[in-house]
Amino acid sequence: MRTFLARWLVLAGLVVAWEWATKRAEDPFFPQPTVIAETIQRRWLSGPPSHLFLSENVAKDLLPSLARLLSGWALAAVLGITVGIAIGRSQTLNDYLAPVLHFLRAVPPPALLPVFIVLIGLDNSMQLALITFGVVWPILLNAAEGARSVPATQVETARAFRVSRVRWLLGVVLPSSAPKIFAGLRVSLSLSLIIMVISEQVGSGAGLGRTLVDAQRDFSLRGMWAVIVVLGVLGYALNAGLLALEKRVLRWHVGARGQLADTG
Amino acid sequence: MVRGAIGVALFLALGEIVGRVGIVARNYLPPTSDVVRALWVMLTEQGFTEHILSTTGNWLLGLATAVAVGVPLGLLLGSVPFLNEISRLIVEFLRPIPSVALIPLAVLVLGTGTEMRVFIMTFAAVWPILFNTIYGLMEVDPQAKETARSYGSSRLGVVLRVSLPSAAPFVLTGIRTAAAIALILEVTAELFGGGRSGIGTVIGVAIYGSGEKDVVLAGAFVTGLIGLAANLALEYAGRRGLVWAHQEGGGR
Repeated sequence: MRTFLARWLVLAGLVVAWEWATKRAEDPFFPQPTVIAETIQRRWLSGPPSHLFLSENVAKDLLPSLARLLSGWALAAVLGITVGIAIGRSQTLNDYLAPVLHFLRAVPPPALLPVFIVLIGLDNSMQLALITFGVVWPILLNAAEGARSVPATQVETARAFRVSRVRWLLGVVLPSSAPKIFAGLRVSLSLSLIIMVISEQVGSGAGLGRTLVDAQRDFSLRGMWAVIVVLGVLGYALNAGLLALEKRVLRWHVGARGQLADTG
Repeated sequence: MVRGAIGVALFLALGEIVGRVGIVARNYLPPTSDVVRALWVMLTEQGFTEHILSTTGNWLLGLATAVAVGVPLGLLLGSVPFLNEISRLIVEFLRPIPSVALIPLAVLVLGTGTEMRVFIMTFAAVWPILFNTIYGLMEVDPQAKETARSYGSSRLGVVLRVSLPSAAPFVLTGIRTAAAIALILEVTAELFGGGRSGIGTVIGVAIYGSGEKDVVLAGAFVTGLIGLAANLALEYAGRRGLVWAHQEGGGR
């Protein structure tokens, strides 16, 4: 409880110092936090009380971004976990695919934008495909590593009991790689925020990325800062949500705490 | 190794077939051979090599900056738990801010050149280094630290001579992740931030100007190769340079 208070105090102190410094500097590039807060309030939080003060712009900017981000990430999770476990459990598959996978992982997603644009069109599915391609790698590589390192005792035990293939995968391999997979999911979640912004800056209609581009075109510095702050808060909330989920899912896992900081 | 080569060959062949068979028009998704030809033409023109060097140089600078910020900060936060506790919230708000969203602002403040790119790269790549350093410090054998203390090492001495070497494999894992992130952001910053040098600007011209998809893919291909080479080099450095960690089974 005391550290909790101390954390918020330090954060608040930093914001106050920021306010003071920007007020003194009067640099147009660095608006005061209060000005940024006002911009955020006017754009997103000026709705009627019946809507929890959320204005229409929330449905216009935030919701499409959020939907895009979450579905792209979920798609990457399904794909990454499946392929990752397959590669982790099959040395042959790993030998064939490892170089290609490491290469694809190093390709910057924005460079592939034009390809996605022509292949899938300038709409939602292009953005989904780009997010999925961009964030699948940490999940895939972590799942592979987790599946590779299933303890030998568990492998032997499962074999001795002639556990069926499905139960072996779902009951032994998946739980055993879960801490690693969650580490990958966390990295991917912050990545999907990045790629969401990129895809919206270039792609279609609504979303936070679009709002940012508009602010940039109008040379509205407070508008840019507002989007940046909202993205930070959004990322914080998403990460906190995932951590809570991880704590619940991995409660049984003794070593779970030890795995938390590992980002392969 | 052989199988890896077969895998690569199959991947390239797939690209050739998809490009040729006409599922999509050839100038939208060019087959592998067109990309290779475009790459060859680009490499023989001397300008492109300079773009590659510029990207690589900037990227190494950005990665070095991220290491120079992340490792000392990680050592500080990792060895003084109090500071780590109270700064947690600030870190958790800063980290998720997508660095691409900072590009427009950074361009206005820092211009389109190296400073802007290094800032963007550092902002994105410092986190894995920071977290892995802190995490590595938590795993240091307390007995080793006690021993060094009782032989009269100062606090800083213990951190530098005991904790840092023992956390090194974790730090290196962080640097490997950071290298990939920094490379992606260097090219993205070139692409979106404007400027005149780098693979990203070549890709940008091909996207918005000439519309040559083979040039775009060739640029992406070169970037992928740089990332692959970096990953291999760091893996090798980890195996050779951190021999002690592997002997004790502490590395990964």
